[in-house]
Amino acid sequence: MKNSKTTQKIAFFFLLLATLLIILPVGLIVVIIVVKGLPAISWSFIFDMPKDGMRAGGIWPAIVGTICLVAGAVLFALLIGVMAAIYLSEYARDNLLTRIIKLAIVNLSGVPSVIFGLFGLSLFVVFLKFGSSIIAGSLTLGIMVLPIIIAASRVALESVPHSFREVSLSLGASKWQTIRHIVLPNAIPGIMTGTILEIGRAAGETAPILFTVAAFYLPHLPGSIFDQAMALPYHLYVISTQVPNVDEKIRYGTALVLLILVLFVNLVAIIVRSKFRKKKKW
Amino acid sequence: MQKILIKNLNLWYADFHALKDVNAAFEDRKITAIIGPSGCGKSTLLRVLNRMNDLVEDVRTSGEVLFDNGNILSPKCDLVSLRRKVGMVFQRPNPFPLSIYKNIVFAEKIHSPSTPRSGLDEIVEESLKAVLLWDELKDKLHKSALSLSLEQKQRLCIARLIAAKSEVVLMDEPCSTLDPQSTAGIEELMRELKKKYAIIIVTHNMQQAVRVSDYTGYFLLGELVEFGGTDKLFTNPKDKRTEDYITGRFG
Ligand SMILES: Nc1ncnc2c1ncn2[C@@H]1O[C@H](COP(=O)(O)OP(=O)(O)O)[C@@H](O)[C@H]1O
Ligand SMILES: [Mg+2]
Repeated sequence: MKNSKTTQKIAFFFLLLATLLIILPVGLIVVIIVVKGLPAISWSFIFDMPKDGMRAGGIWPAIVGTICLVAGAVLFALLIGVMAAIYLSEYARDNLLTRIIKLAIVNLSGVPSVIFGLFGLSLFVVFLKFGSSIIAGSLTLGIMVLPIIIAASRVALESVPHSFREVSLSLGASKWQTIRHIVLPNAIPGIMTGTILEIGRAAGETAPILFTVAAFYLPHLPGSIFDQAMALPYHLYVISTQVPNVDEKIRYGTALVLLILVLFVNLVAIIVRSKFRKKKKW
Repeated sequence: MQKILIKNLNLWYADFHALKDVNAAFEDRKITAIIGPSGCGKSTLLRVLNRMNDLVEDVRTSGEVLFDNGNILSPKCDLVSLRRKVGMVFQRPNPFPLSIYKNIVFAEKIHSPSTPRSGLDEIVEESLKAVLLWDELKDKLHKSALSLSLEQKQRLCIARLIAAKSEVVLMDEPCSTLDPQSTAGIEELMRELKKKYAIIIVTHNMQQAVRVSDYTGYFLLGELVEFGGTDKLFTNPKDKRTEDYITGRFG
């Protein structure tokens, strides 16, 4: 009796320890980056062009580039992803084609991001002749986040109770009207949450944009979606490894901006989700 | 007047023969009750009448169901107009997670999107008056329908059918989630509604069938054992199996 109690205490201790170990790296990362990066943050660091071979000035073009890339990627992935999810959840029958599609989606989410980069290079940059451009980068990132968007959208669609569809159909609505007026509106919060979480991932990836859009040093803003652009993760990589004598402050400042951008987006996702949960009563 | 006529209806869920050679007629402006033990095919029959069984995979039917001079089982049947005319009230009250107002105008907005606001307002008022909810709800039409009580929700679902201009109202155990007082309220409403509509109600509760219905059909294992005037069926059943069921000697 006594023995089992001690065992339980020991087990509990190790489980707690393992859990604490998860917090540790997250906490350390945030602390290190904030402490080292905060001194760099200023109005001009954020809103100025880089100067002096990126050893001075700001990171504004990289911020704008990342925002453009992510917006384009999400727009594209949402459009395709939601349509695909509607097809898979609402229309597709369980046949060979459907299974192949689902298998493809699963596999797509397992493809390393650098492969997406190469794929984007060969399809968008070279074959479709977009060149190294925001559109090529956005589409590449979009395809990368597509599987998760499809998965999140399917979960959201399928969590809309069956009874709502039944009533809608029983009132003479067609299948499409039911989806359009009942299923989709009730799935949107779920789809949004899934999407917003993917924004963070798209914003942070370097490999897919490496060959498709990222400019090494481009001290002006992109003029159209067919222009090259700087992007925060790649810029961070460049100033950390490719350019000698960049002040540590600038590197960590850049990392901090990226981190804040991503955490802010995740925070929005959490708020949206909790609002959604409160509203949902069925 | 006959509203719906069923001739030699059979239905299979894959290999399972769920309705066996059913013949029945449902009168307009009357309430027909369908009783029988659980799993005997009552809901299945109702769902044939507005083709909701189409949603189930691997369903086959044979026979005829005549409504509006056409066979609704035929592939040519216009499902949209059929389902508008033959509406369904479900066991669990199931308003959409929308406002009371939007619940009621749902069908109208789908079928005639150009109806002006004043037309919609009129529909809402008429339908809510028909289910005796207007006085209670007229000041909170834009509140969520999910905030209503169970009985109010069920009434709202009926109002939604009235707004869709249904002619036949199918009710699948509409009171099984309600308390006795709410049940009495819904039954009162049914008596009111039968002045205009044909009502077919599936019920577990034989007293309810006696209280509200003009005709009753008794189902057993997919077979319509007996069908006739409610008084007659309950006081003087022709079939031994019906007698066993209504006297509680069943099973
Ligand atoms: N979707 C379905 N697939 C297969 N069998 C079903 C389905 N729905 C109902 N059944 C079967 O058909 C029979 C009649 O069901 P139902 O009409 O729901 O009965 P009731 O409403 O009288 O309780 C039951 O035996 C049930 O198991
Ligand atoms: Mg049933």
